[in-house]
Order: sequence, then structure tokens, then C-alpha cells
Amino acid sequence: MIKRSIFESRLLPYLLIFPQILVTVTFFYWPAAQGLVQSLMISDPFGMNDTFVWFDNFITLFSDPLYLRSVSITLIFSMSVAFVSISLGLFIASMANRALHFTAVTRTLLIWPYAVAPAISGILWLFLLHPSYGVVALAIKNWFALDWNPVLNGNDAMAMVIIASAWKEVSYNFVFFMAGLQAVPKSLIEAAAMDGAGPFRRFWTIVLPLLSPTLFFVTVMNIIYSFFDTFGVIHTVTQGGPGGATNILVYKVYQDGFVGLDLGSSAAQSIVLMSLIILITVLQFKYVERKVQYAG
Amino acid sequence: MVEKTPILDLLTYLFLLLGILIVGFPIIYTVVAATLPLEEVSKVPMPLIPGDQFWVNICAAWDKGDLGTQLTNSFIMASGITIGKIIVSMLGAFSIVYFSYRLRTVAFVTVFCTLMLPVEVRILPTYEMAANLFGPLQPLWDLLHLNAVVSWIAGHDISVTLDWSLLDSYTGLILPLVASATCTFLFRQFFLTVPEELCEAAKMDGASAMTFFRKVLLPLSKTNIAALVVIEFVYGWNQYLWPLLITTNPKMTTAVIGLQHLIPGPEDIPTWNIAMAGALLVMLPPILVVLFMQRWFVKGLVEREK
Repeated sequence: MIKRSIFESRLLPYLLIFPQILVTVTFFYWPAAQGLVQSLMISDPFGMNDTFVWFDNFITLFSDPLYLRSVSITLIFSMSVAFVSISLGLFIASMANRALHFTAVTRTLLIWPYAVAPAISGILWLFLLHPSYGVVALAIKNWFALDWNPVLNGNDAMAMVIIASAWKEVSYNFVFFMAGLQAVPKSLIEAAAMDGAGPFRRFWTIVLPLLSPTLFFVTVMNIIYSFFDTFGVIHTVTQGGPGGATNILVYKVYQDGFVGLDLGSSAAQSIVLMSLIILITVLQFKYVERKVQYAG
Repeated sequence: MVEKTPILDLLTYLFLLLGILIVGFPIIYTVVAATLPLEEVSKVPMPLIPGDQFWVNICAAWDKGDLGTQLTNSFIMASGITIGKIIVSMLGAFSIVYFSYRLRTVAFVTVFCTLMLPVEVRILPTYEMAANLFGPLQPLWDLLHLNAVVSWIAGHDISVTLDWSLLDSYTGLILPLVASATCTFLFRQFFLTVPEELCEAAKMDGASAMTFFRKVLLPLSKTNIAALVVIEFVYGWNQYLWPLLITTNPKMTTAVIGLQHLIPGPEDIPTWNIAMAGALLVMLPPILVVLFMQRWFVKGLVEREK
């Protein structure tokens, strides 16, 4: 799309777009191409010779039980993070939308965790869930009679990184749901109330369907968040352990590439992640386009 | 609401309070822990009444974690990313919306293909790129036998290797994260809503493109810029993976990374009070930015959806 009235210049538009193109090509396209080439190569341990091996790295990758385990761990992790943070965010937002008093204060009190870095959120929960000092860990042990030990038990460690990652994302979701709820026309709610629908019925049959575009968007953003931004949480809290129980894909790329120096495999893993995110983006745009068509 | 439901209203406020407590508990706990002396913080369970050691712990965290240097680094990185992104993307969007030229569509597609690609998926090649920014030019240099040319000009044998590393530098921390299609997209969407008449009037008055940009578009974009300042500052401050890779020198690393050294390990003295004091210091700047610019922040965040 472009404006009807535009400026005429030969050189200026190129000069204006040049910085953007320069950083994009230098730090997106060139590395992506480099990664693609590298994913088709195997380097010897001294990094002297690269051998072209076609798709061997990918074949090795998908027959590697450790990688497949990491895939399923990532799926469980991101689904749980998205589910916990979305349901909590939606619940709090619908409560806040019902409340008529203290609206500004509640909003302020609910928004600030957005600004906390995932890594710091990890540190806070590392303390709260610490097997010997954490107060939440103590509560879990006493109330549920569980033997809580995230340092040794993989499931406990998983629960810990899920909580630390989801906590921070609740406020992000809250902001979107709040905006979505406020956009629901009051007249629809009132008409439904006149017809005798109670608050819960109205929520399920009117508010939630109208909220579905927001819900879809927030789900996509939460999944992307839990796939990539949670690197900081994993790195501060568990470092992928115990025994690889929290080794999500993005952490594995880092470990194999920078700690294990297996460049070919790490590049192949990057390519898999990149394809995945491109797929998500395409799906999202398709959906957005459909929404526009319906509106028109 | 529509009807009178006193019990439900009471429940609403109760649940809301519960929600605020769940969201706020970690921070309350952190603040309390940061005020306690070591023997209190390692009690199980830790008391929930604040102690008087706040300042002592803050100072200890500041010295132990070298937070002075690292907070400065974080600040430079976050502001650099924010300013860089806004300038680059505003100019780019202006070019795409207000000019018609042959490569416009190519430029548009080139930028928007990167819309969702976070730095995390391409860490290794981007790292290699940053380690030597001139790497891709070296084969070209060799191919054109430019060494011979240089030697001929200089009159004696010179071997030139192109090498410009961004490791352990502010440029390296900032530049790779400046590329952002989201900001450009946002400005493009906004510019498209600016009335055509403004541009026509400006042209009629003989304003050049850059005058129009400076005198009309820039003032109109104020709220958008404010919103992006909040979002991008928080984004820049909270970066983790990239600074972890690109800095090896503790003097160049950012506060979020440096905080790791304050966490007591299993064999250390459990100085969680100092770790929590450090965590408070490091998370305060972005929280303040979000709270003080709340109005623009919410608007900007929600607008990204469109």
C-alpha cells in the first residue's frame, strides 16, 4: 500500500531505507544463509575442513533420541506455559473488567511483571521454590506431602521453569484481554441480560466468542515466547537439567553449538526452529487475512 | 454491570485481590528478603516482616556483582537499541509509504520477511557474523586480487585481512538487535492512517520530503514513539542470550547476566538476601519505565496486534 500523494525523488527513498536494509541483510539474511549452508556440512574437530554431506545432519538429528526428547519436552513446556498464563490472565482480566472501583490501581498492580526479565523471574522463583529455603517449596511439601526437589527430580524442575515462565507472561496476557474485553459492545451484554442470560452464560456465549481473535493472537505470542524468550529462565534455573529434563530446543541449540561445538548439528537445529517460526507466522497471517475478509 | 449481583461482586473483588497477590507475591517476598540479615533469610520459613538490613544488602550486592558497571552497560544497550530501532524503522517506513520507486516492493518484502524471526533461532551464524563483520567480504577481496592492487599502490608487499570484530563492544550488543520489522510495520500502519490532505498541503506550500517528515510526521508520531520507547527499552534491558554470547569480559556484560554470579550455589553460604537485593536493583529500571509510561505502553502493546 502506498499514499495517493507522494514525494518525487530519485535518491532519497533509497537513502532512507538503506540503514534498515543494511542491518536486515547483515544480521538476518547473511546469517540465515550461512546457517543453511552450515547445516549441510560437517566440520572436522579442528575446524579445518568442511565436508558437504547433504541432509545428513538433519537425518542424524531426527534419529537422535535426545533431540526427539527435547522436542517433546519443548511441546509440554510451551503448552503448559501458554495454558497457565492465558487462563490466569483471562480470569484476572474478566474480574478486573467486572470491577467498577480501584480500576487504575489494579491495572498498575497487575502490569508491572511485564517489565521483569525472564532470567530475573527465574531467579525469584528459584528462591521461592528452593528445596531448602523456599517458602513456596515448603508449602508444597507440607500441604501436598510431596517430596519437592527440583535439583534432582526432572518433573519438579519442569514445574519450576513452567511457573517461572508463566508468571511473567500473565501480565502481558492481562493487558491484551483487558483491551479485548473493553471492546465488547455493552449493548450486546445488555440485550443478553434482558433475555435473561446470567453473567456466566453471557461470558461463555457472547464475551468469549468475541474475544477469540485476541485469544488466538495471545496464544501465538505465548507459544513464541515459551519457545525462545524462556532461554533466560532455563539458563538461570536449571541449565537444562536434571538429566536433560528441561532441555528445551532453544537451549539445546546453544548447548550443542557453543558448549559442545557441534556446528553442523547446531545449525541444523537452528534451521528447524526457523522453519517452525516461519510456519507459525504464515498461519497467523492467513488467519488475520480471513478476519479482514469477514469484516469487509 | 447490568444487574445487581452483590455476592458475585464481592467474589469479583476477592478473586481480583487473590490475583494481585499471586502476581505480586514474588516481588513482596523479594523485597522482604532483601531487607533481612543472613541468619534471618536462611530460616525456614523465612519471616515475612521486613528487617533493617536493606541498605547493607544493596551495597553488598552492588560491590559483589560490580553492578555499577553492569547497570551502565545495560542502560547503554537498552537505550541504544531503543533509539536505533526507532530511527531506522521510522525512516524505513517513511520511504516505503511516501515514495514510489522501482525497488520499493523488494525492500518491503525483504524487511517484512524477518517480522517474526527472533535472534534466538539464528544465534550461531549471527555470532560468527559479529565475530568478524567483514567475513563475507574476504572471499570477494581475494577474488578480485585486491591485495595485489593495494601492494601496487603502496609500492611494497602488503597483505590485508579484513577483520572487524564486534565481540565485547557496545556496537556488538546493540546493532544486531536493531534490525526490527515490527517497529517498521507499526510506523507503516500509522503513516497509512495519516490524512492525504496533510501531505498535499505540505507539497503545495513547497515543503520538501524531509521538511514534511520533520514538521508533520514526527509530531504526529509522538504517542507511537512513546509507546515504542517503553516496549523497546524493556526488550533491550531484558535481553539475555545475545549479551551472554557476545560478551566474555565481565566489564562489558549486562546486569541481567551479571546477576547470575550473585545466586548462591549448593555449597556456598546461602546469601539469598544479597541475591534478592541485586535482583531488585536490576529489575527496577524497566519496571519504573513501564509504570511511569503506562498509558502509552498499553496502547503500544495492543496496537502491535493489528
